[in-house]
Amino acid sequence: MPTPPPIYLNASASISPYALEETSPPLPYPRLRCIEPDYKDFIDPRMIRRMSRVVKIGTAAAVACLREAGVDMPGAILTGTTYGCLEDTEQFLHKMVAQNEEMLTPTAFIQSTHNTIGAQIALLLQCHAYNNTYAHRAFSFEHALLDAVLLLREKEAPNALVGGLDEITDVLYCVLSRFDLYKPAADHATADASEGTIAGEGAAFFLLSPEKTPATTAQLLDVATFYKPENMPERVAVFLQKNNLAASDIDLLLWGKNGDSRYDGLYDAVAEHALPSIPAAGFKQLCGEYPTAAAFATWLAVQILSGKTIPKGLLPNTGVLPKKILIYNHFYNIHHSLILLGGP
Amino acid sequence: MNGEVWIGGIGLISAIGNNVAETLESLEKGRSGVADMQFLQSVHRGVFPVAEVKQSNESLAAAAQMSAHLTRTALLSGIAAREAMASAGFRPSAKWKTGFISANTVGGMDKTEEFYRYFMQNPASGRLRDVAHHECGSVTELVAEQLGLTDFVSTVSTACSSSANSIMLAARMIRQGLLDVAVAGGVDALTAFTLNGFNTLMILDREPCRPFDQNRAGLNLGEGAGYVVLMSEKVLEATRTTPLCRLSGWHNATDAYHQTASSPEGTGSYLAMTGALNKAGLQPADIDYINVHGTGTPNNDQSESTALRRVFGDACPQFSSTKAFTGHTLGASGGIEAVLSVLSVQLGLIYPNLRFTTPIEGLGLTPEVAFRKGEQVRHVLSNSFGFGGNCSSLVFSKR
Repeated sequence: MPTPPPIYLNASASISPYALEETSPPLPYPRLRCIEPDYKDFIDPRMIRRMSRVVKIGTAAAVACLREAGVDMPGAILTGTTYGCLEDTEQFLHKMVAQNEEMLTPTAFIQSTHNTIGAQIALLLQCHAYNNTYAHRAFSFEHALLDAVLLLREKEAPNALVGGLDEITDVLYCVLSRFDLYKPAADHATADASEGTIAGEGAAFFLLSPEKTPATTAQLLDVATFYKPENMPERVAVFLQKNNLAASDIDLLLWGKNGDSRYDGLYDAVAEHALPSIPAAGFKQLCGEYPTAAAFATWLAVQILSGKTIPKGLLPNTGVLPKKILIYNHFYNIHHSLILLGGP
Repeated sequence: MNGEVWIGGIGLISAIGNNVAETLESLEKGRSGVADMQFLQSVHRGVFPVAEVKQSNESLAAAAQMSAHLTRTALLSGIAAREAMASAGFRPSAKWKTGFISANTVGGMDKTEEFYRYFMQNPASGRLRDVAHHECGSVTELVAEQLGLTDFVSTVSTACSSSANSIMLAARMIRQGLLDVAVAGGVDALTAFTLNGFNTLMILDREPCRPFDQNRAGLNLGEGAGYVVLMSEKVLEATRTTPLCRLSGWHNATDAYHQTASSPEGTGSYLAMTGALNKAGLQPADIDYINVHGTGTPNNDQSESTALRRVFGDACPQFSSTKAFTGHTLGASGGIEAVLSVLSVQLGLIYPNLRFTTPIEGLGLTPEVAFRKGEQVRHVLSNSFGFGGNCSSLVFSKR
């Protein structure tokens, strides 16, 4: 089958617990929080007041991405978020229970829906175009990407703004801790030898276009999701074949190892069987574990492919900069995804 | 990127019926599902009527062949999706790449509410199984696994237009050859969270709702699920399935006016309707029936009427809001109304807009008030508009 025409990533922006600057503060283990910008630089101050934290993070990342692209009005807005607007959801739920369903106010409810972020971006830009939100756990960002690729291939939009984001709140951290997802606070130093991971959060947005521009930073070659796959190494091999690639064409495997000894072996199995002796690097030490972390990985891959600042010690010492990166992420062996990126 | 997308099967559950046959009977007899609250636990019982599926979780679980301690959302979804597959005579096989693309707005919130009552007192209490399926996508996965539809699993959440968008994604994936078959639509169960949320917005009617009426005073919340089975031409031929109709047009646009209110000009809904007509290659005059969004709130019906006038001028086709029967089922509404639109095309049906007496002043649009069968229905437009200005329209056409 002929490979379809490429889709270009013409801009990207991320708000995450990781900062490019070397002077960045130490990561606040065991729960990584985003380093937040001054929102006034990105959002109308009258809108900031009403926005919850995740909406601000998402909207600021979206605006930063559009600025980098030099695009005022995107042809589509797609967001992927697993938890949506948790802070507002929790607030409304809390008051509803505490006040026995009486004397409630609408603001938190209004902003609790998963599409609030996409809607607020559209409202800020006065964008009447296609707007969709995926809320499918650790496929949310990947399916937003997939939808954008479909739209661009259908020529329904000249470009598409795509983002993945989730926040970690106190309540979520507390509840997920009870599911034994996280390492005990004192245990973070033994990151790769114990059960549990570290919590994270973040937002990353991208401007996708079928047109290559001087600003183009990377190519999105393919994206695929696999629900509870029986044989992931084989799926990876088929995925590469479909893209007319041999394993040796991949310069870097950016994998989602999260330091949980119960699950990290799955990455090794894929590397061993489908991508033997391909250099690999992790990214969750920078952003923590959350269901849309693949958006951060995509942002990081774009930094590497476009020759921007790369976190010290991230890349294996091969002496050459990667030109093709495969992001392989899985979320508790339920959701597996592959995102294939190439240089500009 | 070519080829038609066919509807091979349908399934739904709502306050007016547990399946397609019961739903049709209620529609024909004018039996609304809006009544006093019976199953939902809320202090607002007896104040706001709701459109509940008239079954306990235990009885829904038996029909869905799922566990009764699961969220009601998953049970409703399972029942309707199973009916849709049976109606298409479709069984998942390795031969066809099959997707389950669902939609909902609050996932397993009914169970999260139970969890939260205990969790709030003490963060170490509350049963984890009650919060394990809180996420929208988790509800979809429970049903996908139950029905063996795991090649591609996704969940859309764009408030009240969610289901229309899941059907749209399914159609586009089939057209681009990424899927052969998709069960698509959506679900929502009634929860105290949504009931109280809509109450704070003061858009709940204390009486059964009156969509498109001058004296309308808000919506009634409902619950349910609706799914269609979309198939590629190749699958249709190979499985010798007789399609019910064709999904010929779709469009998603944004109002970009306000987080919850619709613009007075109906910008988003106008764009969604005209876009869907364009996609289908149709003129406004080709549409024989419109299943409008028609929530019964003063704002939606005014805005949608204005948009209808802008698209259809003085020649608005027959239209009705079936929400007077089913209540506003939020994330499920696009799916339930897609099924009703398919039936309209397939069987030549026009549904009544219950409780309508007086046209909205200055707009003068009069919906259908009688159940009509044996009509010539070639093309049906289905509207779904949501919070955040997310507006989507679908067009269903005769073969």
